Amino acid sequence: MRKIKNYCKKSLNDFCKKILLNILTVMSVNQSAYAGGADNPLLSLVVMDRLEVLNNDEKTRVWEGSARFGYDINKLYFYTAGEATADGLESSQHELVYSRAIAPFWDAQIGLAYDKNADASKTWVEIAIAGLAPYYFETRAALLVNGDGNVGLRVDAEYETLFTQKLILSSSVEADFYTKDDATLGIGSGLSTMEAGLRLRYEIKREFAPYVGLTWAKTFGNTRNYNAFNETNFLVGVRFWF
Amino acid sequence: MQRRTFVKGVAVTSIMALSQTKIEARTMQRVIDNRDTLSGKEFFLTIDYTPVNITGNNAIATTVNGQISGPTLVWQEGDTITLHVTNKLKKSSSIHWHGIILPYQMDGVPGITFDGIASGETFTYRFKVRQHGTYWYHSHSGFQEQTGVYGAIVIKPKRKEPFRFDKDYVIQLSDWSDEKPTTIYKKLKQMSDYYNFSQRTIGTFIDEVKNKGLSKAFSDRKMWNEMRMNDGDISDITGYTYTHLMNGQNPSTQFKALFKKGQKIRLRLVNSAAMTFFDVRIPGLKMTVVAADGNHVKPVRVDELRIGVAETYDVIVQPKKNKAYAIFAQSIERSGYAMGSLTPSGTLLATPPKMDPIPKLTMVDMGMDMGAMSKKGDAGMKCSGGMAMPSKKSMKKYKWAKMDAQKYPITKLPMARGVQTTMMAMSPKYRLDDPGVGLRHNGRKVLTYADLKNRYSTRKDKKPDREIVLHLTGNMERYMWSINGIKYADAKPLQFHYGERLRITFINDTMMNHPMHLHGMWSDLETGDDNRLVKKHTVIVQPGSKISYRVTVDAKGSWAYHCHLLYHMSGMFRKVVVS
Repeated sequence: MRKIKNYCKKSLNDFCKKILLNILTVMSVNQSAYAGGADNPLLSLVVMDRLEVLNNDEKTRVWEGSARFGYDINKLYFYTAGEATADGLESSQHELVYSRAIAPFWDAQIGLAYDKNADASKTWVEIAIAGLAPYYFETRAALLVNGDGNVGLRVDAEYETLFTQKLILSSSVEADFYTKDDATLGIGSGLSTMEAGLRLRYEIKREFAPYVGLTWAKTFGNTRNYNAFNETNFLVGVRFWF
Repeated sequence: MQRRTFVKGVAVTSIMALSQTKIEARTMQRVIDNRDTLSGKEFFLTIDYTPVNITGNNAIATTVNGQISGPTLVWQEGDTITLHVTNKLKKSSSIHWHGIILPYQMDGVPGITFDGIASGETFTYRFKVRQHGTYWYHSHSGFQEQTGVYGAIVIKPKRKEPFRFDKDYVIQLSDWSDEKPTTIYKKLKQMSDYYNFSQRTIGTFIDEVKNKGLSKAFSDRKMWNEMRMNDGDISDITGYTYTHLMNGQNPSTQFKALFKKGQKIRLRLVNSAAMTFFDVRIPGLKMTVVAADGNHVKPVRVDELRIGVAETYDVIVQPKKNKAYAIFAQSIERSGYAMGSLTPSGTLLATPPKMDPIPKLTMVDMGMDMGAMSKKGDAGMKCSGGMAMPSKKSMKKYKWAKMDAQKYPITKLPMARGVQTTMMAMSPKYRLDDPGVGLRHNGRKVLTYADLKNRYSTRKDKKPDREIVLHLTGNMERYMWSINGIKYADAKPLQFHYGERLRITFINDTMMNHPMHLHGMWSDLETGDDNRLVKKHTVIVQPGSKISYRVTVDAKGSWAYHCHLLYHMSGMFRKVVVS
């Protein structure tokens, strides 16, 4: 029995590897490595943008990060964000998308999203656009559809202000909208949640920065029937990437 | 704003401490008395790994004959020379003789002129030397140039040179990092401003508000913000990771060039950096520029000169006092410097002068037409978003209109405007008399290309048969570089016709200086007088500007043509086929 299980595991692994390898082969075009190195090497970037604890009664832990893997034009992105308390997971959102550079500052993305909270989970199909808007706003807008016919729009934007070369204020705002109520996920139609944050980080080095900040989060409309809150919290956290 | 100098003050402990390069001048024959200098007709060079300590940390360099810089090679014009290059690296390697006119099979560019030198193999280069002056050599494989595979070439002339000097020194400038080049490249792709620690802050804006008022300060920022461009984006890689070297010495161990009061000293400046432009001066001394890229120019006296990556200049100085002078080479973005002493005694060292302020790019560097703007009230600058920018400034009469007026049949080349390009210079101008960002109006006489005139007449040179226009393009945000919006991997070779005289015009659609290097043939630079075209092998194309040169296509084969900034090279590159 165990053997079979192992065998299945192994074949699944091989299968995944093969698929990944095929995707990457398709993604990479014409590598040249004679002068100045390969112009377009296969690279990864893992960013944990937020790993923080809120100063509320539950001491909510929040994370938000991404991992990308690929070439200049074609990449795979994995996004993850969520909240947990001592009692366990409160909510989380994960996305796996294929991302293609379509304009100098913009990527178009397509893939799957997976929401999970303590009681339920739901899978969405999504398309998104991500990039750098004029005035240096790091922006992403994702349109999602799930099996219930619910359509969601999730938008976020972030702006960085340099006080010094290392002391940087990140201002961010996020808003989620849906077309239908979903009791299991605790989301209501219309504007569902908004969040805004200010995070002041000190880059000890580019890759590592502790920060303090302030967030405000509020639910709106029908969402308040499931989960009504309007909170402002101080927070501390670290940002790191590699 | 707070400025940091990242110069690492740690003594060089390895073999480099002895790598002074000096060529004693004697009346007829130069006698080579330095262990680092190799001369003759047959040379043996070995590329290998060498442990070094340049910054205080141990690192592994790739070197030629175990030293940084590699040995200075002294050749004689007219000789046929043989160079046996052995590669002891684990990877393929190569040596390219930069600026040397030779058969393409000897040019040393893997994938274009030969297969490279495999690990453990020896390749023998053999060619006749048809020129004289100051040149250099470097690996053309991967990032090996960054980690130490470079050295100077001095070619002694057949005929007496038209200037006198008593001492002759090679001043080879370079940049070193303890980080692996692949790591540097990865970081630039992950975060293109990773090494830039002179970015705009709230303080910069407050200062501007104080100086110009809020609305003007805001409107001046408008264009940069809309285009997502950074006016502090001068160099991709800075003193944050680089230690700048002069003949392999860092600023604290100092290269020393000895002189006796009143002697004329020839300094052969070579920029062998991977990425760093240097602004060179010797406070207290005028420098007389006598050659550019190995070729004689009409002597011009300057206080300072900018040497782009891969360029060479020969200058003559005459110290009148018995004191140590600083040979000061600050990096273009002012994050560090290379320095040595021109001194009457080995124990007397110069103190470095203060570095200049951190430069800021202007609208001129974006290829804006200041004249047109004052007329129409809007700009000649377009970004991917499409925009116009008002300006009140006007510009004096356009000095180089004559060069714009030159019309030759243009061969159209493929062009793409897409992900590869974030900017387009709408009104690029010839800016030959522009010393460039950071050197304008600094109170010193700074060499510009307009000052360079061939020592010998070029009146009889053939007029161009046709012209091609090459746009230098890039996406700084994603760290991708290309020509005409097409990176090398996706581009067809450029076809040059054997026997033709070709005019090449560059338009720089980026905010960075690009030193463009054509292999195998001279680039006869138009600097304002067609009878005095300057023979160069590497030409700086300033941000947002335009520049033209002529090429006599007299070398059959396939050649490399590229930006010499090492981390731009793989994309901003073309193969040239001459047939």
